Amino acid sequence: MAELVISGLRAAVGGKEILRGVDLAVRSGEVHAVMGPNGSGKSTLAHVVMGRPGYDVIGGSVTLDGVDLLALEPWERAAAGLFSAMQYPTEVPGVALADVLEEALVAVGRGGGDVAERMRFEAERIGFDERFLSRPVNVDLSGGEKKRNETLQLGVLQPRIAILDEIDSGLDIDALRKVARRVEAETEERGLGVLAITHYRRLLSVLRADAVHVLARGRVVMSGGPELADRLEASGYAGFTDEGE
Amino acid sequence: MARIGGPAWLRARRAAAIERFAVTPLPTVEQEVWRYSRIPELDLAAYAPLPPGASSAVGIPEQLRVVLETLGARAAVVAVVNGRVVHVEVDPAIAALGVEVGRLVELDAPGATLGSISGAPTTAFAQLHAAFSADPVLVRVPAGVVVPAPVVVLHWTDAPSSATFPHLVVDAGEDSEVVVYDHNASEDVDALVLPVAELRARPASRLRYVHGQVLGPQVWQLGRQLSRVEQDASFSTAMVALGGDYARLEVESTLAGRGSAGEMLAVYFGEERQMHDFRSLQDHVAPRTTSNLLFKGAVQGRARSVYTGLIHIGKHAAGVDAFQTNRNIKLSEGAWAESVPNLEIENNDVRCSHASAVGPVDEDQRYYLESRGVPPARAERLIVLGFFEEVLERLAVPAAAAPLRSEIAAKLDRRDRQAVGAGA
Repeated sequence: MAELVISGLRAAVGGKEILRGVDLAVRSGEVHAVMGPNGSGKSTLAHVVMGRPGYDVIGGSVTLDGVDLLALEPWERAAAGLFSAMQYPTEVPGVALADVLEEALVAVGRGGGDVAERMRFEAERIGFDERFLSRPVNVDLSGGEKKRNETLQLGVLQPRIAILDEIDSGLDIDALRKVARRVEAETEERGLGVLAITHYRRLLSVLRADAVHVLARGRVVMSGGPELADRLEASGYAGFTDEGE
Repeated sequence: MARIGGPAWLRARRAAAIERFAVTPLPTVEQEVWRYSRIPELDLAAYAPLPPGASSAVGIPEQLRVVLETLGARAAVVAVVNGRVVHVEVDPAIAALGVEVGRLVELDAPGATLGSISGAPTTAFAQLHAAFSADPVLVRVPAGVVVPAPVVVLHWTDAPSSATFPHLVVDAGEDSEVVVYDHNASEDVDALVLPVAELRARPASRLRYVHGQVLGPQVWQLGRQLSRVEQDASFSTAMVALGGDYARLEVESTLAGRGSAGEMLAVYFGEERQMHDFRSLQDHVAPRTTSNLLFKGAVQGRARSVYTGLIHIGKHAAGVDAFQTNRNIKLSEGAWAESVPNLEIENNDVRCSHASAVGPVDEDQRYYLESRGVPPARAERLIVLGFFEEVLERLAVPAAAAPLRSEIAAKLDRRDRQAVGAGA
């Protein structure tokens, strides 16, 4: 059983406060969707929890099973069981994905397995063309292929909690279904806990959310069940963006 | 001079060169091509040329045998120890095609090929080289012949306080094709090496040359590589410089014939107090010529590197494409890298670009790998290896890349150990 607890999290970029007190908790096997208008701080939330440089935490806490994640380096957060699928995965020229995953597994004492075989297995499950596996990390991949590559890595690394930042963008309907199914299977088979940032309900038709949260102006302003996503799809965020400063 | 030996025509050349050397000043850092260099530290009196018989080497030294084994199939092998040819072997099937590989004094008296690309020596070091170069090597491929495996030239230096002057001439005949691997290594001795390579790609030929440099940490290298690419020929040179204390290479390629194309690639990686110093010239003389340069370097510890390069487009060189890219990764605070690209264009009908960068490991790339769970030092190691891969994967002698990759990895491992030591 794992539990990610984000409590009163405040963070700034370049002196501008983006997150203004975020509270969220994700337990093993749960799927929490985070929706909200552009600029509301969704991606910032993903970056701050993973520890991307350039973001200043100015208040609050983030813990994974009681361990203070904010005190750890990004790789240590990953070693603790956190994974972050990026909205815009970085291209790393000349570096083979198998080497990256092997290094990551070695760092947590899980090296020595057949990473290449596990990559092929994961690739097949999400319809990721095997010939992409030998390419340098994310180089010359389309947006959708990059998202599948992130999902593949999630499958190989087997984190306890995953943050998915618009994993659905760039994917066609078939690919989206496969990716969502793969993540859903992880939640059921291994008890993966998921924080899924998305703009669209369609991700949640396969990856079933236990809770939907609306992030606006750096705060969770509303939480509800899956039906909240349907309402947002119909009504938009008009009611949330007008909040006074 | 006589004590160096050799045929009369070569001795006469040497005598003339030593006279000119005596009246030519050594370069200073005030000259642009020597700016940033360590030339003021050079004490020529600390080194001496070797008389014949000074080295007892017979056959290929063990250290070079190991290299040969990794290279696999080859058309010919020449081993040069302390500036003298000690071993020549040519695959009989290759020799039957008329391919000549071996001592230039035996194959090309009175030396028509010697200096045919480099021209008469004008600088002090060129004259010094001409004065003391004892035993040049010639690789000559007849017109129309495709050499199916690399020609390997191995240079080894093990004489302390020696000055050696290796000279390689490659002459690729019309419509011929050849790959030459030139390996430069040494014992850990305080030697000075002044190598010169003259590379000629005659019309419609395909000449690919790879220079691997893993000299010992005390060696000084002042090298020159001159190529001439004739009509419709394609030429490529790739240099991997990992060794030496101060290792300099001037690389000049002349696109001399219409429709010729040249590719210039380099990887260099210095550690501790090493310095790598590259000066390039892409000289477009003829129209419709193309050149593409990609030099990638890294420095760690207190190492330094210099890249300065010039693209020159001559008056008659219309319809030229010329590109120059130099990228450097600075892996420590104490390391230093300089990058100075230049253009000199005398014809407006050209497409030219140059780009240069010096900086730390890309932060986004490092973060991406760290977010997967890769510790920072391991992430940087992967990124640096990947950074060099763009060049290494294109080496015309793929088998030569593996030991060079290992050497790069070993340098990164030493960096990690030092980082751990510093943290303890």
